[in-house]
Amino acid sequence: MTNHWIDYQHSDVIMAIGVNTAENHPMSMRWIDRARERGAKLISIDPRLTRTAAVADLWLPLRPGTDIALLGGLINYTIEKELYQREYIVNYTNAAYILDSGYFFADGIFSGYAEGSYNRDTWSYELDTEGNPRKDPSLQHPRCVFQVLKDHYARYDAETVCKIVGCSREDFELVASTYCATGAPDKAGNILYAMGITQSTHGSQNVRATAVLQLLLGNIGIPGGGVNAQRGEANVQGSTDMAMLYHILPGYLNMPQGMDHPTLADYNAKETPASSYWSNKPKFLISMLKAWWGEKATPENDFCYQWLPKLDGKNHSHIAIFEAMARGEIQGMFVWGQNPAVGGPQAELERKALENLDWMVAVDLFETETASFWRRPKADPASIKTEVFLLPAAASYEKDGSVSNSGRWIQWRHKAIEPPGEAKSDLWIADQLYKALRYHYSLGGVFPDPILGLNWDYGQGEEEPDIEKVALEINGYEIENHKPLENFTKLAADGSTACGCWIYSGYYNDLEDPPAKRRIREQKGIGTHADWAFAWPLNRRILYNRCSSDPSGKPWNPKVPLVFWEGGEWRMNDVPDFAWKDNPPENTAQSPFIMLPELQARLFSPGMADGPLPEHYEPAESPVHNVLSSQQNNPVITWWQGLGKLATREDFPYIGTTYRVSEHWQSGIMTRNSPWLAEMAPEMFVEISVQLAEKLGISNGSQVFVSTPRGEIKAVAYVTRRLKPMQVDGKLVEIVGMPWHWGYRGLFPGDSANVLTPHVGDPNTTIPEYKAFLCNIRRA
Amino acid sequence: MKITRREFFKLTGLAALAAAVVGCDWDKDPVISYPLVDAKEVTTICPYCSCGCGAICYVVNGKLVSVSGDPDHPINEGALCSKGASLLNLNTVYNLRTHSPETNPNRLTKVLYRAPYSKVWEKKNWRWAMDRIARRVKETRDATFESQEKGVIVNRTLAIAHLGSAALDNEENYLLAKLMRSLGIVNLDHHARL
Amino acid sequence: MSNVVLVDTQKCMACRGCQVACKDWNRLPAGVTKFRGTYTNPPTLQAHTWNHLVFSETDKGRWLFASLSCMHCNDAACINVCPMGALQRTKAGTVWPDTDKCIGCSICAQYCPFHVPQVSKATNKMGKCTGCAERVSQGLKPACVTTCPNGALLYGERGAMLKQARERVEVLKAQGFSGANIYGESEMNGLGRIYVLTETPAAYGLPEAPGYNATAWVWQLARRPLGTLTTIGLFSGLVAGFLRWRGERMQQRRGDYTI
Repeated sequence: MTNHWIDYQHSDVIMAIGVNTAENHPMSMRWIDRARERGAKLISIDPRLTRTAAVADLWLPLRPGTDIALLGGLINYTIEKELYQREYIVNYTNAAYILDSGYFFADGIFSGYAEGSYNRDTWSYELDTEGNPRKDPSLQHPRCVFQVLKDHYARYDAETVCKIVGCSREDFELVASTYCATGAPDKAGNILYAMGITQSTHGSQNVRATAVLQLLLGNIGIPGGGVNAQRGEANVQGSTDMAMLYHILPGYLNMPQGMDHPTLADYNAKETPASSYWSNKPKFLISMLKAWWGEKATPENDFCYQWLPKLDGKNHSHIAIFEAMARGEIQGMFVWGQNPAVGGPQAELERKALENLDWMVAVDLFETETASFWRRPKADPASIKTEVFLLPAAASYEKDGSVSNSGRWIQWRHKAIEPPGEAKSDLWIADQLYKALRYHYSLGGVFPDPILGLNWDYGQGEEEPDIEKVALEINGYEIENHKPLENFTKLAADGSTACGCWIYSGYYNDLEDPPAKRRIREQKGIGTHADWAFAWPLNRRILYNRCSSDPSGKPWNPKVPLVFWEGGEWRMNDVPDFAWKDNPPENTAQSPFIMLPELQARLFSPGMADGPLPEHYEPAESPVHNVLSSQQNNPVITWWQGLGKLATREDFPYIGTTYRVSEHWQSGIMTRNSPWLAEMAPEMFVEISVQLAEKLGISNGSQVFVSTPRGEIKAVAYVTRRLKPMQVDGKLVEIVGMPWHWGYRGLFPGDSANVLTPHVGDPNTTIPEYKAFLCNIRRA
Repeated sequence: MKITRREFFKLTGLAALAAAVVGCDWDKDPVISYPLVDAKEVTTICPYCSCGCGAICYVVNGKLVSVSGDPDHPINEGALCSKGASLLNLNTVYNLRTHSPETNPNRLTKVLYRAPYSKVWEKKNWRWAMDRIARRVKETRDATFESQEKGVIVNRTLAIAHLGSAALDNEENYLLAKLMRSLGIVNLDHHARL
Repeated sequence: MSNVVLVDTQKCMACRGCQVACKDWNRLPAGVTKFRGTYTNPPTLQAHTWNHLVFSETDKGRWLFASLSCMHCNDAACINVCPMGALQRTKAGTVWPDTDKCIGCSICAQYCPFHVPQVSKATNKMGKCTGCAERVSQGLKPACVTTCPNGALLYGERGAMLKQARERVEVLKAQGFSGANIYGESEMNGLGRIYVLTETPAAYGLPEAPGYNATAWVWQLARRPLGTLTTIGLFSGLVAGFLRWRGERMQQRRGDYTI
């Protein structure tokens, strides 16, 4: 999230696209309603009439997987009707940059394409003699980003968009005129998104499309604006920050690659840009190495850089891991508080892959489907070799620790009670695991140095580790005296500082009064609540906030000033996100995006795997042909072996889509074991239109089978008027909607929707395409 | 028979009369006491979605008796949705027959172990489990460890996978990120990507 | 002056926080349910479900939500018909069930036009919303109101809530909900829950003209002179036992869901 939940109260129009905010983030509605009391409008873009759509001012039903078509239509509408904020885009974005003459786009393909991937050399700027990008602030040059953008989206006219999306022209015009009116400098449009946007073979480009639209309308960096990714789990922001992902180290430092980064010098040279705040990257990495290997990390040994594992240039994401497991290449697995046997795509493939493991360590509050895969329906335990350890974990209020919400607020949870029986905190389990490993490696083994040398001293024997020591290490401290660092501006690249995760620096910089534990509400102000908890980075609540004022420092919306120039100084309701000290507005007017080398936002982005501008492609499985180009799918999709054959339109004529309900959470392992929640939503069901039910003779509440080439599930039919067939390019298309919370364990077992979903994902992130696939449905 | 509005008024008149004649003994409130007077209040953050709502755990004699919204919390100001309001259930449920509180019977309270080809879980103690897990990790890591690839030091194993969790705290995730990288694990992901 | 709950159905997003917060505060168990082609679950109020969210779809494809619980009627059938005097009016104006006095005869369940009181087979006691009397006496709001994320449930003095309801109706009419109306102002001589609706009460599953069988009155008159425990003991042995059996039969025939 660029902004935060409370800030929604300042929005004038809120567009929820690919997010069912009332159901999955109910408290968001508290702040959306505050905005609506001032006259703000809520737009819900969703294939179904959800609980969000039911209370919204406008609902536009959209065919799953066509978000770029719709957003492209809004971009085109904004440009065509000149609703964009010109002064904003000229100063704060790369709209004026002139592109390399080799760049082109033709029939769904960008320049540089060959054999399933792009060479991105031509997705770049034309440079002047000094090596700086050439610009045309008049935005007239035919190769300037703005003109290229304009041409690209001219193809997304209302008629074409409606044909693809399956909505009416009237609905489109209403949404466009309502939302694009936030291009007025004093109006704030807010885009909310979640997995409806990301779970797609063009998910990253869906997100990019929201960003492009928001930049054109001048909605980034302002109160009530932003691109607000509503994340699905209490600490998915934190677990991402802490690099529970193969491609990064804590604080979004790229994992070293064997071929590119053989030494620390290579890493620093290739990973550190000349401009932007990332020019400090060596300080972040070296401080992390000092936190991990302490005294062992010295300048002479490159701070133990070689003790970090290096990647082999390949994908090691969720899908890739299970593909490797299915091939028998993975022998052991840890799985903490996660349940891929229900939540993973093509779940039967993933469950079967687990049988290839020699051992599995699962840690959870309840018995998950993943931990009990060996006794799943139709499995034969006598033929499954896997040794399984299921460790009982403490619940959130049975231990101490912090979590980071979607608005990047790091908040402390205090221990209220003891865990039941022998359940233990994950911190204790990690500590004991390390101690057991240290013992065994102290007896010898292959390259034990990084394990034995690990800086690990959080508690004695079997006592609960001292979490404050862990927090201090994440926050960072001076090596010399172990004093907490104020924040990451104090980090050094010479080994004098240690810091586990640089972006968290400052969250625990005062052991007596740690910011993450602070509970002081703002008495008057704009809802920033700066003394309530700590928001990374540097307690900044709204990112890119230089953009909240015009180039001269005057707030675009004087009613909600954020960071602004008045009386010869910067005044602020938030921590400024730019080099503000001793810097008058004119010096920062063209550098509000300090994390990008351009220091300006990218309407045109050279960094994506699948194109510098979002382009509509059909999902991997679609009932129709791409209307916009002859390129049916994203041209750089990885077609994994496990996927097998795609569904054909003849045998699987309906669009399947998955989602969540208010009463359950993710794979349901906590909520299906909470009786109060389970009684409200006890069984797996599928939602279908009245028309489809009539055609197939399915009555409400009866049992049905839903199938794809990946498998078949049984569920209760919910025949509803909230789901309607759509007119897509002259063809009537039906949607089968299904929640994915159920599995073969818990209080109310049921089939998993993910048995049906495909092992295919986005080329940038490999997030699976759960939201749009083809299926069939029949009476049971 | 439904009563009409007219009949209703007639009957209400009669009721007033009857009450006046018989005398009503309900002019005082039933005895009701506030059950959380002595409870210890501990603040927490909801473990479900990412709104980050504050909640208060009410603890009496070391037992959790109620979890409700934290009125001081700026995001939710005392409110909670159904999932947030159900937090008690992760630890304590009410028995349908007796209406008495009990530990959620589905909670794992012992280490469970499934031996190869076995049909059942066995209960084990922590010490045994940790030692056995460490041996298995070491065995796999040491057998598959790659020190170099094409002359470059890579120090990794591709044979162990680690799925972390957005359900864990920051400090827990940090320790796991550190520990797993020290083992050379690169097949490391979690449901942020799902 | 009595306080009431104002249910603003057009603000309600059906998160069902109210349904669960009620169970947390009142320490109620969950039962075993099935999915029956609607999100409403359990399908009715129960002895251990005192608040539930009713989901209704209209012919025009709208999805309506209404948090349903005891209406705390000013003219409460249950108070009038209970042979044990187990239902009492509190100073706050709510109807308080005295579980110690309840004999589980189900008569209240038969006469309530909203099907609110239900008798538990497990405990043989009627269970229903108490108006969170313990909370209200401490100056707190009922648990359902406190937990509501966005002000779809409000709590306050009846006159003030009615005023607010009327203002909301005007706002909703201006937004195009021409049928916006208030429910509970005069029904049953005034309900302890005032609903702001955008469709007819029936569209939300609420009875259009709630009332109760006038024979209830017999109970009211019959019970008062027999106001001693001895006579009630005699009386209940004979009549209430019969009525309990009959009440259970009636409930079964209605297909209500109780455990």
